[in-house]
Amino acid sequence: MIAAIVQGVLVGGTYALVACGLSLAFGVMRLVNIAHGDLAVCGAYLALMAAAGFGAPPVLALVLVLPLAFGVGALLQLTLFERALRGGELAPVLVTFGLSVVIQNLLVTGASANPRSLDGGAFALAGFEVGGLTLSWLRTAGFATAVVVLGSLHLLLARTGFGRRVRATADDPEAARLSGVRVRPVFACVAGISVATAALAGMFLGLMSTFDPYSGGLILIFAFEAVVIGGLGSLWGTLAGGIVLGVTQQLVALWDVRFAVLAVHVLFFGVLVVRPVRA
Amino acid sequence: MLEVRRLSADHGQLRAVHELSLSLEAGRAHAVIGANGAGKSTLLRAIAGLHPPSSGSVLLDGEDITREPPELRVTRGICLVPEGRRLFASLTVEENLLVGRHRAAKGPWEPGRVYELFPWLRERRRQPASQLSGGEQQAVAIGRALVANPRVLLLDELSLGLAPKIVRQLYELLPRLLETGMAVLLVEQDVSQAMRVASRVQCLLEGRTTLEGRPRDFTPAQIEAAYFGLRTEKE
Ligand SMILES: Nc1ncnc2c1ncn2[C@@H]1O[C@H](COP(=O)(O)OP(=O)(O)O)[C@@H](O)[C@H]1O
Ligand SMILES: [Mg+2]
Repeated sequence: MIAAIVQGVLVGGTYALVACGLSLAFGVMRLVNIAHGDLAVCGAYLALMAAAGFGAPPVLALVLVLPLAFGVGALLQLTLFERALRGGELAPVLVTFGLSVVIQNLLVTGASANPRSLDGGAFALAGFEVGGLTLSWLRTAGFATAVVVLGSLHLLLARTGFGRRVRATADDPEAARLSGVRVRPVFACVAGISVATAALAGMFLGLMSTFDPYSGGLILIFAFEAVVIGGLGSLWGTLAGGIVLGVTQQLVALWDVRFAVLAVHVLFFGVLVVRPVRA
Repeated sequence: MLEVRRLSADHGQLRAVHELSLSLEAGRAHAVIGANGAGKSTLLRAIAGLHPPSSGSVLLDGEDITREPPELRVTRGICLVPEGRRLFASLTVEENLLVGRHRAAKGPWEPGRVYELFPWLRERRRQPASQLSGGEQQAVAIGRALVANPRVLLLDELSLGLAPKIVRQLYELLPRLLETGMAVLLVEQDVSQAMRVASRVQCLLEGRTTLEGRPRDFTPAQIEAAYFGLRTEKE
């Protein structure tokens, strides 16, 4: 039981890591990115390619994948999302849904529908003991990464001039422009950060379990649920939301694995009923 | 300094500003008055770069800036205090001023000067801007524009929704700004305050100029006629 809770907390960190980019894109640009989970899966496939192509271990693959993901995010914002956001409330949802389908099909064509997983080597299998519990190094590293990334993002937004301009732009883009803020680069950076964190989370998910071109859907749903349970617009809330998801999943799995994911969705509906999301 | 030539601006089919011209000089205040819907805000937004005009031009020191985006105009010294304040609600007072400072020109204004101007702001600088009263928010909105050290300050309905006493206090600031050589273009529905500080007044009715000149050259009846579009005399 305690072991399940601890495992849940650790996995929850990774859920929060996927979710923070989704929350950021929504909070700053009002972009509901349906392709967020698929972009995370792309991160895992890119790491796979880096491993196959250069024999790069996952940690080294990060150095390649993260800047690339940032660039892709920025480019998507400047070419696609920006226009979609001008097209009313529904347009971004439709456009990113389309992007999701495109990514899935490209992945199937390029990498086949077979489930894959990232090989983390000995590290991914090893564990260590704390107070009678055996913890996986990989999951612990995933959790630590999530905390560091969310913490850094929080500091970036709260303490730096760039973060201040991001928050100002989120509040009122027109007023931000009147203060001399160039809104397009700000949005491009935020989209870049969002996709880079998704790719990072995707790599951890790929190390922890198998993935295929269609894994993005469930990842997206988990990310949505973490954001909603944790409360919109707060990074620490997102972390808490991810942890609640992870713990619920692990506890229910103790009882019956088949209901683990279902339990998470039920919890999500419960939260929505008690505390509806306000825009 | 700032010149607007035969500027027209539309909202879809509706022409909100109709071939309007005006010019602003350093150290002078120019008041644009007119009823609700006359096109005053659209005019200011077009000058600030937020609303692309359909025709006509905006010149700063003789240079055509009609197609420049607002963020570039800020660096040239044109700052708009928008209608309804438009503060960054989740940011503190101080952060609002710091965002205003982002592309600031060199000059005397910085947050410290704003706190000297409104001493009560200093104590409240760590509070979210959304917690301030309307008058306080207007002061922060003015401060946010001032710290960019504008040469041309555009003020859209300073008095909107504020108590007369607060409005008077805010207007008492203007002569001090004009002394520094700043040009001020102010837009008002509330005519009396604007007429007192402005050296020129221009009345808008449905996007067209119905009267223009020095405030003291007009009788209240003439202003009223131009404001409401009453036909007291032939054009
Ligand atoms: N965003 C908008 N969309 C459509 N019409 C608008 C918009 N903003 C203003 N208008 C119209 O343009 C005209 C001028 O408005 P505005 O410039 O706000 O006037 P004022 O500031 O003098 O009250 C009005 O008829 C108003 O209804
Ligand atoms: Mg107006």
